[in-house]
Amino acid sequence: MQAFTCPFCGHRDETEFHFVVEAGKPRPEPSEEVSDEKWAAYLHMGKAPKGEAREIWLHITCGLYFLMTRDTVTRDILSSECLLEASE
Amino acid sequence: MQHYSALSLLKHGISSHKRWQSAWRKATPKKAYEAIIIGGGGHGLATAYYLAKNHGITNVAVLERGWIGGGNTGRNTTVIRSNYFYPESVALYDLALRLYENLSTELNYNVMLSQRGMLIGAHTPMQMEICQRIANAMQLNGVDGELMSAEEAAKRVPLYNSNENARYKLMGGIWQGRAGIARHDAVAWGYARAASDLGVDIIEGCEVTDILSKNGQVAGVETNLGEIRSDTIGIAAAGATPGLTGMLGVDLPIHTYALQAFVSEPVKPCLDTVLLALGTGTYVSQSDKGELVFGGGLDRVPTHGQKGNLPVQEEVISGLLEMFPAFGQLKLLRQWGGVVDVVPDSSPIIGPIGPEGLFINCGWGTGGFKAIPAGGWLLAHLLATGEHHDISRPFDLKRFAEGRLIDEAAGSGIAH
Repeated sequence: MQAFTCPFCGHRDETEFHFVVEAGKPRPEPSEEVSDEKWAAYLHMGKAPKGEAREIWLHITCGLYFLMTRDTVTRDILSSECLLEASE
Repeated sequence: MQHYSALSLLKHGISSHKRWQSAWRKATPKKAYEAIIIGGGGHGLATAYYLAKNHGITNVAVLERGWIGGGNTGRNTTVIRSNYFYPESVALYDLALRLYENLSTELNYNVMLSQRGMLIGAHTPMQMEICQRIANAMQLNGVDGELMSAEEAAKRVPLYNSNENARYKLMGGIWQGRAGIARHDAVAWGYARAASDLGVDIIEGCEVTDILSKNGQVAGVETNLGEIRSDTIGIAAAGATPGLTGMLGVDLPIHTYALQAFVSEPVKPCLDTVLLALGTGTYVSQSDKGELVFGGGLDRVPTHGQKGNLPVQEEVISGLLEMFPAFGQLKLLRQWGGVVDVVPDSSPIIGPIGPEGLFINCGWGTGGFKAIPAGGWLLAHLLATGEHHDISRPFDLKRFAEGRLIDEAAGSGIAH
């Protein structure tokens, strides 16, 4: 069993967390100028990185969305940050 | 190529099996090929075979980073079926099933296809309604699928927990009689042997480190064994595909997850069909050696590590024991994980990508083994003609921008 770190709750069981999306995909704006390709890229496309990955995760039990950096091969957790702090 | 037959087995038996030839040539890379296939799993090897056989293109290299069939082809639970919902999917998976039905003869290699039938079991009236809908869709799409009653299902799976207090009582489900299992390694080895015999170079231990392109046209690959040139390249690398297209700056709608499988110690025949239970999400069959081969859903943590996590192990095993309390006495022999490439609509991506001459066949998620002959057939068609086969056209990457998804997760309740 692996523990992930919620910035608010601390170490919790992996079953309490849900992967949301790879980080660094801002919603394209303004919507009337967004092509179908750009919208599809925003909705669906990603890199599925091997090694270090920056991802948005949800701690289901407390409802916090946060930024987790981890290694997708070794499964090491490198950091967990609140989105507000990460965006500063 | 040495022909395999009962007579050759007898002959080699007399000479103590010391004179068998290796099944395929060990090749070293040439400077250039007419076509290169990245990935020496089932899909890549089948692509090479059909390129040579259907299209007469034999100056072909299959580049495999590890060893032949050492990825998902050797890590799956060997189920073959075409019980899908949408016409596009049924056309695709049934092409695979039809090719599987004749594969042992065609390759002169026994892939041990056993069409023992598959039951998708329901345990609520709502699930039975979904089963009815899928069975109707299958019949409309022209493949064998029928609704099975609770009584018939109980006869098919006699060890299933029918206790008064059973949590997941079997109400019946969808039956596909042509579904079954095959020997996964034999599929890889059989295609490798047949492709090699037609002149294809199978190069193991060859890792692609860069994909080269020039003026919008693919030009070759950089590998640990040097540069290999070709203006036609196919990628059949499952979970490694995003890393390969990433070299060209092309993103894909793929997340990579671990999918686990389990094998028990061998026991006498006790389950002569494949069962997928909608209630527990666990599926199980019995191998010819007597082992129970089973699995369930994905680990919900994106990963490239070929190992599974404990919560899903617990879920899958408890699901199995809930359905078959008798299996609680068995010891688990092995457990392993493979990295699967999951697409938002649970359907594969087949078609051109990036520069001219580059094509992908990926996104099969948890269901790639059953599709090997079709994936190979269709990617070979693309590599040889540059154009889609009618069956692969709906699965082009363009469907995401066009909003024309083929959502089998919603359609047939397949989790991948």
